[in-house]
Amino acid sequence: MRLTLRVWRQPGADAPGAMVTYPLDGISEDMSFLEMLDTLNEELILKGDEPVAFDHDCREGICGACGVVINGDAHGPERTTTCQLHMRHFADGDTIDVEPWRAGAFPVVRDLVVDRSAFDRIIGSGGYITAPTGAAPEAHATPVPKPDADFAFEHAECIGCGACVAACPNGSAMLFTSAKVNHLNVLPQGAPERETRVLDMVATMDEEGFGGCTLAGECATACPKGIPLPSIAAMNKEWLRAARRGAR
Amino acid sequence: MTEPTRYAEYTTGEPITDSKAPDGPVAERWNRRRFEAKLVNPANRRKHTVIVVGTGLAGGAAGATLAEQGYHVVQFCYQDSPRRAHSIAAQGGINAAKNYRNDGDSVQRLFYDTVKGGDFRARESNVHRLAEVSVEIIDQCVAQGVPFAREYGGLLDTRSFGGVQVSRTFYARGQTGQQLLLGAYQALSRQIAAGAVEMHPRTEMLDLLVVDGRARGIVARDLITGEITPYFADAVVLASGGYGNVFYLSTNAKNSNATAVWRAHRRGAHFANPCFTQIHPTCIPRSGEHQSKLTLMSESLRNDGRIWVPTAPGDQRPPGEIPEDERDYYLERIYPAFGNLVPRDIASRAAKNVCDQGRGVGPGGQGVYLDFADAIARLGRTAVEEKYGNLFEMYERITAENPYEVPMRIYPAIHYTMGGLWVDYDLQTTVPGLFAIGEANFSDHGANRLGASALMQGLADGYFVLPSTINDYLARHPRHDALDASHPAVAETLADTEDRLRLLLAVDGDRTPDSFHKEIGELLWEHCGMARTEAGLRKALDRIPQIREEFWRRIKVPGSGEQLNQSLEKANRLVDYLELAELMCLDALHRAESCGGHFREESQTEGGEAERRDEEFSYAAAWEFAGTGRAPVLHKEDLVFEYVHPTQRSYA
Amino acid sequence: MLLMALATRTDRKQRTDRKRADGRPSAVRTLWGSTIGKKAVMAVSGLIMLGYLVAHMFGNLKIFFGAAEFNGYAHWLRTMGEPILHYEWALWIVRLVLVAAVVLHAVCAYQLSRRDLAARPTGYAHRRRRASYATRTMRWGGIILALFIVWHILDLTTGTVHSGGFQPGHPYQNVIDTFSTWYGNTVYLVAMLALGLHVQHGFWSAAQTLGVGSATRERMLKATANALALVLTAGFVAVPVAVMTGVVS
Repeated sequence: MRLTLRVWRQPGADAPGAMVTYPLDGISEDMSFLEMLDTLNEELILKGDEPVAFDHDCREGICGACGVVINGDAHGPERTTTCQLHMRHFADGDTIDVEPWRAGAFPVVRDLVVDRSAFDRIIGSGGYITAPTGAAPEAHATPVPKPDADFAFEHAECIGCGACVAACPNGSAMLFTSAKVNHLNVLPQGAPERETRVLDMVATMDEEGFGGCTLAGECATACPKGIPLPSIAAMNKEWLRAARRGAR
Repeated sequence: MTEPTRYAEYTTGEPITDSKAPDGPVAERWNRRRFEAKLVNPANRRKHTVIVVGTGLAGGAAGATLAEQGYHVVQFCYQDSPRRAHSIAAQGGINAAKNYRNDGDSVQRLFYDTVKGGDFRARESNVHRLAEVSVEIIDQCVAQGVPFAREYGGLLDTRSFGGVQVSRTFYARGQTGQQLLLGAYQALSRQIAAGAVEMHPRTEMLDLLVVDGRARGIVARDLITGEITPYFADAVVLASGGYGNVFYLSTNAKNSNATAVWRAHRRGAHFANPCFTQIHPTCIPRSGEHQSKLTLMSESLRNDGRIWVPTAPGDQRPPGEIPEDERDYYLERIYPAFGNLVPRDIASRAAKNVCDQGRGVGPGGQGVYLDFADAIARLGRTAVEEKYGNLFEMYERITAENPYEVPMRIYPAIHYTMGGLWVDYDLQTTVPGLFAIGEANFSDHGANRLGASALMQGLADGYFVLPSTINDYLARHPRHDALDASHPAVAETLADTEDRLRLLLAVDGDRTPDSFHKEIGELLWEHCGMARTEAGLRKALDRIPQIREEFWRRIKVPGSGEQLNQSLEKANRLVDYLELAELMCLDALHRAESCGGHFREESQTEGGEAERRDEEFSYAAAWEFAGTGRAPVLHKEDLVFEYVHPTQRSYA
Repeated sequence: MLLMALATRTDRKQRTDRKRADGRPSAVRTLWGSTIGKKAVMAVSGLIMLGYLVAHMFGNLKIFFGAAEFNGYAHWLRTMGEPILHYEWALWIVRLVLVAAVVLHAVCAYQLSRRDLAARPTGYAHRRRRASYATRTMRWGGIILALFIVWHILDLTTGTVHSGGFQPGHPYQNVIDTFSTWYGNTVYLVAMLALGLHVQHGFWSAAQTLGVGSATRERMLKATANALALVLTAGFVAVPVAVMTGVVS
């Protein structure tokens, strides 16, 4: 395959950036999108240029490190992570635009690399169950109904890649936050911190400068793990319940 | 850089022993050790700083637990978030001797299975402790909210896994590693928010600071600014994972690397059993030259999938057109008792053998079928989807083939490294104050790791073992004097690191880091992969110094060191791989027996099975560094088997 | 430990208003201080206005039954609640509630919009639109509706900008006057289309914000939103169309 890539290049956080065009030849349709970028980078290095920086690690679609906006879509045209997107979904001769996640809360670090540490701070403000090591009761002491366990799992699948924020016209982190709130709040183990968790996580989300939700639904469309849009409604319900109960 | 030396002519030094495991009945040792260990007064713990490198299952669990105990933890990961450590990619499950199935499981049986599965090259005391702690892990994870699979009654579900005959593997669909890691990450995040853990993401350890014979900190590079900083502590814990990426193509994350452990090795920590690498039998075959990594399909697939190849060599028909009597379900044929559930090394080698016979399938004949047709007919598509849905999706995404209709194609790939830094029962290396946990150490799996045991070991080390044993070290070594960059040992290590990076940037040659990585990886796979021979290993040992020399002549790293420079990161990791590869080959050469993941063609039975040679090799080989390209010194730790008597493994 | 958590977070964001260890702020403060809270305020105020609109639409349709009935209904609006309430008191209560709803709705919308725009300071070079038209036009639709409300009150309540001679107490004639001008019709029709779109996304969105949404109710909520949007638009548009076509004169 022969492609024309237009890639966002930005040397550093405070430096200006621009889309730069690179022609690319000899791409196999069995390559992953990142392997295609690897190929470009090998060429750039040999030419003495600096390769395009992008985050990636497991390349199995589970670590959540990778993620670029491809032709305006977070992670590209398929519902998957960028590392699991294969070039067979593009046609010979295509022009492909590659941009970093865009959100105020995710400043660009370099080229396609952004800073997503705001997500870690959201988790740190309540996205856990306080269970110090050694204090745990026997695992079978509290049965969890299978539907609840499945609901928890469905939301626990979030990989924290940030595609939801990148796709949202408001740069909102509601889908990410709701996934963790719903995972933990439905479990009996998570019940004691149910109210504080949702209030604190949403407060941190707001503090970090993420936008609000206008239910555009772009996040759920972009989510490679299929966290559903009603997840947000479920968190809203938890939040309103906690706000009503106030400062117990 | 290096003058050619006769690396293979290693010398044998003093034998080493594990001085920390108490005597007495194996089942009482852990309790006794915990009781005998000195403790640090809770009020004093905050004054002790512990560095933890890595945030996977072992590191994440250790960081959180040490902080809960009151220590001041300074933690590092090269990823942008501690949540991304490669433990997250573990699919299948975690073993624990809960015996919820009432199928005859027990701590004793898990202990036995693990020692036997490791082909009698692991330490009994450690393995028994692992089996004991396994039950606590499940309790801990459930309390954290890990959404394990459950049955309709609300109780935990389990499944069986390769190499065992009981159902003791707890799982969360095909994402067990992810869920366990997120549990540890969340516990760690709580401590970070509380200020008890000082977290440095996107920061890579480049060297170990050893002052007056003790590990006192690390040198690390901020991957965004390029700044190189010394960090000081009273003890250092390496939880930096395995070194499988030395092969270039492996199931490890692209950035997983051996720099932390190798730099520690260079600073005095012995490296044990580096040739014990595990090949995972169920990976997706490579599709071409561009392949950047291999993707594993959980071994749990072998519970319901049947592995076969055409009986006739060169049979090019599509799988659906090959009738039942022209298929060879070779694992079921050769190993009727365990069938498709034989341990990983056996399954891998069997796949290699049938492919060598020309019966492999797919492009290049490097693959075998893993067929779910029977399982779908027996259980129904919904049940199969419930169990393996995400794995099937992943396979289809990568190969564009639908495994519900066409059998999967699989081939073995490098997956895990049993070898690692030598540690005693306390998980302390030969450098006092330096601990290694999880895959970074060599301790519990011997020559072969059983499925679903890596998660168990990582969490056992991180949540329970290290947080107990490190107390003893810290209590016996009251806080040290404060250090700064001007201390001669620190200044020397800092200068070393800076020089190395400067040199890499200065060569300005004509080959990319990846091209060297692929070259060394192919060499290792060829000669130090699934089957090894003396001639092949000697060839590799001749070749590696040449590649190293060429590397320092021709490497090209664009950009500068004062910025995010991913080429520089790769090149720097390669410096260490190019030395580690040599030690792996030497270790494989010296161990003239087959055991577990290490198969020497010279040492096999008439039936082609691995043949152990206990009288000569019943020891762990701990290597002492003697200089780049210089013959290292071998220290043997004899392995004593009081409870599980070595037998030739049989899964027939 | 808890205090330390507080200290860490407070240092980072210089927040002093949120307390953690010793009690939380009041529910109202929590509500107003959060994006979700403000959305909830928008949802509730939106639903109040929506309820009013439904009643308003039914009232409008009385115009098809002649001047007497329509004017009588308008008069009843003022005597509603008597004798317990004084003349026009009920109407003023309704007006006050509506003004409060409009103001809250608008203030929240303004604040949230500013926040949303700031959260995405740089757009994509490769633009792509996938959200529905209704979703994307919420802000402009809201502005159009706000302007329309002002015009509508000046036109038919106070008569300030009325086209003919405004006659208090004779709404039937006033309505016909308004819809006898091209601009009266244009303004009204544009506003009602904007209303339909706004209600279509707004109702569904309010349901999500208030936590009523779930995977199983998704379809029902969307259908209700569509039906409401359609009925309201059709109901309101029927009047000018009827005047224009001479059905009502």
